[in-house]
Amino acid sequence: MKRYSVFAIAREAARYHSGWSRAWKSPVPQKKYDVVIIGAGGHGLATAFYLGKNFGITNVAIIEKGWLGGGNTGRNTTIIRSNYLQDPSAAIYEKARSLYETMSQDLNYNVMFSPRGVMMLAQTEHEVRGYKRTAHANALQGVSTEFISADRVKELAPIINISGPRYPVLGALWQERGGTARHDAVAWGYARACSDMGMDILQKCEVTGVRSIGGKVVGVDTTKGAIDCEKLAIVVAGNSGDIARMAGFRLPMESVALQALVSEPIKPALDVVVMANTVHGYMSQSDKGEMVIGGGTDAYNNYTQRGGFHHIEETVRALVETFPMISRLKMLRQWGGIVDVTGDRSPIIGTTPLGNCFINCGWGTGGFKSIPGGGWATAELIAKGTPGPLCAEFGLNRFTEGRFIDESVAAGVAH
Amino acid sequence: MSTRLATHGRLLDKSRPLTFTFNGKSFKGVEGDTLASALLANDQMMIGRSFKYHRPRGLVASGAEEPNGLVNMGEGGKFEPNQRVTTTELFDGLTCKSQNHWPSLDYDIGAINNHMARFMPAGFYYKTFMFPRFAWKHVFEPVIRMSAGLGNAPKDRDADTYEHFYAFVDVLVIGGGVAGLQAAKAAGDAGAKVLLIEQTAHWGGRAAVDGGTVDGVPVQAFIDATIDALDAMPNVQMRHRMMGAGVYDHGYVLGYERLTDHAPKTAGPRHRLWRICAAQTITATGALERGLSFAGNDIPGVLLASAVRDYAVNFGVSVGDRTVVVTNNDDAYRTAISLKEAGLDVPVILDARPTGGGALADAARALGIRVENGKAIASVQGGKRVTGVAICDQAGEGAVLEEIRCDCVAMSGGWSPVVHLWSHCGGKLNWDDDAVHFRPDPDRPPTGAKGEAFVITAGNASGEMDLHSVLQDADKAGKSAAKASGHAPTRTAAPTGESAPEAVMMAIWLMPHGAPIKLRAKSWLDYQNDVKVSDIQLAAQEGYESVEHAKRYTTLGMATDQGKLSNINGLATLANALDAEIPQVGTTTFRPPYTPISMGAIGGEARGDIFQPIRRTPMQGWHEANNGDFEPVGHWRRVFCYPKADETREQAAHREVLATRASLGLLDASTLGKIIVKGPDAGKFLDMLYTNMMSTLKPGRCRYGLMCSENGFLMDDGVVARIDDDTFLCHTTTGGAERIHAHMEEWLQTEWWDWQVYAANVTEQYAQIAVVGPNARKLLQKLTDEDVSNDAFSFMGWSDLTLGHIKARVFRISFSGELSYEIAVSASQGRALWDRLLVAGKEFGVTPYGTEALHIMRAEKGFIMIGDETDGTVIPQDLGLNWAISKKKTDYLGKRAQQRSHMADPDRWKLVGLKTLDGGTLPDGAYIVGEGVNANGQRRVIGRVTSTYHSPTLGYGIAFALLLHGPDRMGEVVNVAMIDDVDVPAQVCDLVFFDKDGEKQNV
Ligand SMILES: Cc1cc2nc3c(=O)[nH]c(=O)nc-3n(C[C@H](O)[C@H](O)[C@H](O)COP(=O)(O)OP(=O)(O)OC[C@H]3O[C@@H](n4cnc5c(N)ncnc54)[C@H](O)[C@@H]3O)c2cc1C
Repeated sequence: MKRYSVFAIAREAARYHSGWSRAWKSPVPQKKYDVVIIGAGGHGLATAFYLGKNFGITNVAIIEKGWLGGGNTGRNTTIIRSNYLQDPSAAIYEKARSLYETMSQDLNYNVMFSPRGVMMLAQTEHEVRGYKRTAHANALQGVSTEFISADRVKELAPIINISGPRYPVLGALWQERGGTARHDAVAWGYARACSDMGMDILQKCEVTGVRSIGGKVVGVDTTKGAIDCEKLAIVVAGNSGDIARMAGFRLPMESVALQALVSEPIKPALDVVVMANTVHGYMSQSDKGEMVIGGGTDAYNNYTQRGGFHHIEETVRALVETFPMISRLKMLRQWGGIVDVTGDRSPIIGTTPLGNCFINCGWGTGGFKSIPGGGWATAELIAKGTPGPLCAEFGLNRFTEGRFIDESVAAGVAH
Repeated sequence: MSTRLATHGRLLDKSRPLTFTFNGKSFKGVEGDTLASALLANDQMMIGRSFKYHRPRGLVASGAEEPNGLVNMGEGGKFEPNQRVTTTELFDGLTCKSQNHWPSLDYDIGAINNHMARFMPAGFYYKTFMFPRFAWKHVFEPVIRMSAGLGNAPKDRDADTYEHFYAFVDVLVIGGGVAGLQAAKAAGDAGAKVLLIEQTAHWGGRAAVDGGTVDGVPVQAFIDATIDALDAMPNVQMRHRMMGAGVYDHGYVLGYERLTDHAPKTAGPRHRLWRICAAQTITATGALERGLSFAGNDIPGVLLASAVRDYAVNFGVSVGDRTVVVTNNDDAYRTAISLKEAGLDVPVILDARPTGGGALADAARALGIRVENGKAIASVQGGKRVTGVAICDQAGEGAVLEEIRCDCVAMSGGWSPVVHLWSHCGGKLNWDDDAVHFRPDPDRPPTGAKGEAFVITAGNASGEMDLHSVLQDADKAGKSAAKASGHAPTRTAAPTGESAPEAVMMAIWLMPHGAPIKLRAKSWLDYQNDVKVSDIQLAAQEGYESVEHAKRYTTLGMATDQGKLSNINGLATLANALDAEIPQVGTTTFRPPYTPISMGAIGGEARGDIFQPIRRTPMQGWHEANNGDFEPVGHWRRVFCYPKADETREQAAHREVLATRASLGLLDASTLGKIIVKGPDAGKFLDMLYTNMMSTLKPGRCRYGLMCSENGFLMDDGVVARIDDDTFLCHTTTGGAERIHAHMEEWLQTEWWDWQVYAANVTEQYAQIAVVGPNARKLLQKLTDEDVSNDAFSFMGWSDLTLGHIKARVFRISFSGELSYEIAVSASQGRALWDRLLVAGKEFGVTPYGTEALHIMRAEKGFIMIGDETDGTVIPQDLGLNWAISKKKTDYLGKRAQQRSHMADPDRWKLVGLKTLDGGTLPDGAYIVGEGVNANGQRRVIGRVTSTYHSPTLGYGIAFALLLHGPDRMGEVVNVAMIDDVDVPAQVCDLVFFDKDGEKQNV
């Protein structure tokens, strides 16, 4: 792999960049791999990367029905934070956040992690108490957050209207080391590193069946033929129910559309990420200058990767009220992704009824921020066959035991 | 130079001059101009700077596809960035400024990027800016952000208003060109209810510029006659300045009407967002011309051939004095002919096709224009304006044959149907090899709930490119849509169109064919985002082969025009680089809106006070007049407390508590949810819904009940009153009314649909007032003759009483531990009763109190609060509420869930009281820590504070906590962790802090 650097760019400039090599190969599938991962989203690719990096397992295929990173990983609003309420959540999201800090250097690919700070506005007394509780929990979890005053909110984000007549801002939960990253770059950076370790990323290859014998997976059927494997990992977000069906089990999960939109680009106006859960909307400004906006999920189950206009309307209305200046900006584009929502709004990482088949799903509306942590934990799970400390609490068994990890407690919207 | 022609200008009213300013300079235009045509008429070719390299940018197009002509427009509350000048109608007094440069349009520091362009190819930023690690946030990112972005951020609050409309029609026709007009006519003739919308201010679209005849008369006459005919039809509504913005599932279409953008002094809303439910939608959205890729094609003065023609014909503006036309198709000849007819010079037409053009080419030659077949542009000369072109063979590598001086280049790479709206909701496309474009596949349309097609295309948007087939196609579309929406179409034949025949075009994307990298690196695809042919090729070389990868890696098509101009050329370039066919590469996804729409319009009227519906209790006016300090609770605003003169909120709440406990308090409890559950199976139903047994409740009595979700978690609580054998009244929390009603309905409709039960949410039908305190009975007795003594009206009973002339239902229940009555009257009597209670209560020093006093009093008495003690993870057993869980019932919602191992775990945290040792008040949300550390090496958490208050009654801080083995730890001192690491000791105690035996309540 040719290292990326400013010097390499300078060298290449002289010959019109004709010397750059492929970021990842386009291989023909082998008959068999030690590990097959279904889904080349962030979590699938990160799982592969840490399998190689932490466990030396590199005879790995990552199978993707479309283009790598083209699922929710390439559609999300890139908020990264770890100020979760429940201990198991805070642990895995904080692990992920800390891995984001060095990801560009670790992957030699600039993922533009921008720890610009994330604030979650408190606009009711109830929310104030809730966020104060989260701040207390975070202090004990080793996650640095702070409940800040309305004045400080205004200082950090001058375009917020803190004294609206309906839901004046009463304060906010502030995580200074939260922020955003470039979503495509995360997928591409991992893909390049995986390909470099000799792993096969098989794009435009859809898994159509899971073959098992005696409670063990032996391989998968794909649109490019049958592929055998020793171990299988299902990392397909909104399509998890579908693959689980192929493998013969069911998941406590629903697939719904989550939408987002951007404005036309403008010069810098908002330096932090702002989430307003009472009114249901959040916003940050991309490096390109677009206001990146999101809200809640559509109310009905859906696989189409697009949604209705109703939620867009509700979200924009909320944000025009919160940031009056955006009234005269224009919506440039809206889109949707299919998110995998579990009953307690927490992910599932663990074993399945099939002994050598593992699953990572259920990130719902908030799994971009967890990509490195989720990949790290899933790699450990696959390599060792049993969950490590990061994901021990996230197994499927929690639903039968009633041991929910409910995050909707803290925030209606959990991005 | 660009200038106004003495002749031409079909859309202008030259008798009405207008003035406007650009970058502070005063310019003149006329009524009918767009801002673009007016700028050109004043020879303002350069309008802005590109996104990445800050290269000079001039107009390329004349409509919605324009990528360069964006300005900061207006001032103060009317300021708007990124206004597209080609779709901005000029008005008197318009002010605008160019964007994305510093200090000025002509001298831009950012243009240094242009000299660094070799070092900044596609995706270069992914390869650098990584060291040192902290530099991204502190150095690189801020610099990049400053240089990126386009327009300025608005500073003031929007001075305009917006509104929403709904429309329900049989047939919606989007696009008012000849196809749209004909389609609307055909559908209207069939009797369908038609809405026809057009994004510009004019009907007729391109045909009026391009000419031809319909049924033997000039096309303009046909347009005028059709408009008159449509106008006369009562079933047809026509709207111009209204764009079809998006097509959504089930035929839901978004319309965006710009009401006052062209006349900002007009009163009324600026934009109107239409939510249209159309049985059938016809997209007659026309086609957009594509550019061609040659070196220097981004220099101001290089425009689409159709745009050059539009400026001349529609606006009487010559873009240049000498225009070189370069094309791979016949249509561009029309531009040359129009220019020549306007007396302008066309030194040469470069037709890249070796065999050249057809009849139009002959016509051009006949006008004396030089036509060169098989020739191309090697490069355009000039910096901030075209000064000439170098000509070469298309088949070669760019060896210059000749240089020609000119100040305008009109290019045409062919036409692409506007398939956006067709595609928004899943319509599929086919590649047409002859016409060299993607066209809608009528066999794979967007489909509705029953699999039926609900979008039909018409005219150019279908891929029909000549006037005759456009009219035939449109007529058919109109008739089919009418039929599909239940109307019999007429049998009249479609009009006959005649236009100049055209020779076939040729798929040429790059000029010359063998352009070396030096030229390709100067051949632009996306003008705004600075994406060149070489960038797409680099993406392919580096493995970004999917069209989505290439788009994202290079940012092609991600600018404010969303690739209207560049996408097809870009993906053709990608296909070439990959040695693949264009249809294999495919397109990126078309997403709404078609062109950007204002956030203000999306928000609509909902701003400020009416941002969300406000729910008011009948007593709200009194609260407002008496200094109520409100807090939002759902859509209600409840009084937190009523501060006097210089009281703090806390002091006010404490005063209210003490006054109530000492004598008499009043609470507006109208917001509490009230749901009537009625029917022979009502008791059975409530037994399933509540953990308690409700069916055994006697009419006239009340019972406190708990409701759990399927997962066993406590979701709501409240008092249930049995009205008669068949009827129950269920009280819910304020926030819970709608949720619980929906929950009831869900179970009734999906699981127990055969039970005879109805549930009705009557929350707003009643005003409810709690009369609380030792003097509550005395007050009640003052208003009624009936016996309200403890014997006649005992605790947890209810009774219908007449209070004065007001009929009331009185519940003897208490959430404060005081003697207390909750009086429900019809909403219209609420204020009268409130006032009467205030007057009658005067002798007892009656004190209205708010939610904070309510909370404090319930905490003093050890009552839980949904949302404080519960958070979606708590079961009744955690709260010591086992007494409210019926042991006799075989089932209730949540019962099975509560038997799961973790739910039955003795180590679940349980609710207890806490008292600080020094009488202080614990902070909200604090955690209790035990000895040792957890698996992550962090302090071991053994509980948390769920409610905490200073009790004015007791004079010290009280709290509730969920605590590991809580009830077994009575008297124990535990440590509550503070954020700053200092622990506060607190003693575990009983939940009931005040009047344990209920002596105050049960009198
Ligand atoms: C609009 C939106 C906004 C969001 N905002 C945020 C945010 O701000 N912060 C945040 O942290 N999270 C956010 N999220 C959530 C986040 O995007 C996801 O949780 C995360 O990207 C999931 O990653 P993944 O790798 O599990 O799934 P994906 O990226 O969806 O990857 C799954 C992959 O599996 C592939 N696949 C599916 N079926 C098959 C098959 N049969 N064969 C082969 N391949 C298959 C899919 O094509 C896809 O590429 C948002 C999501 C959306 C939609």
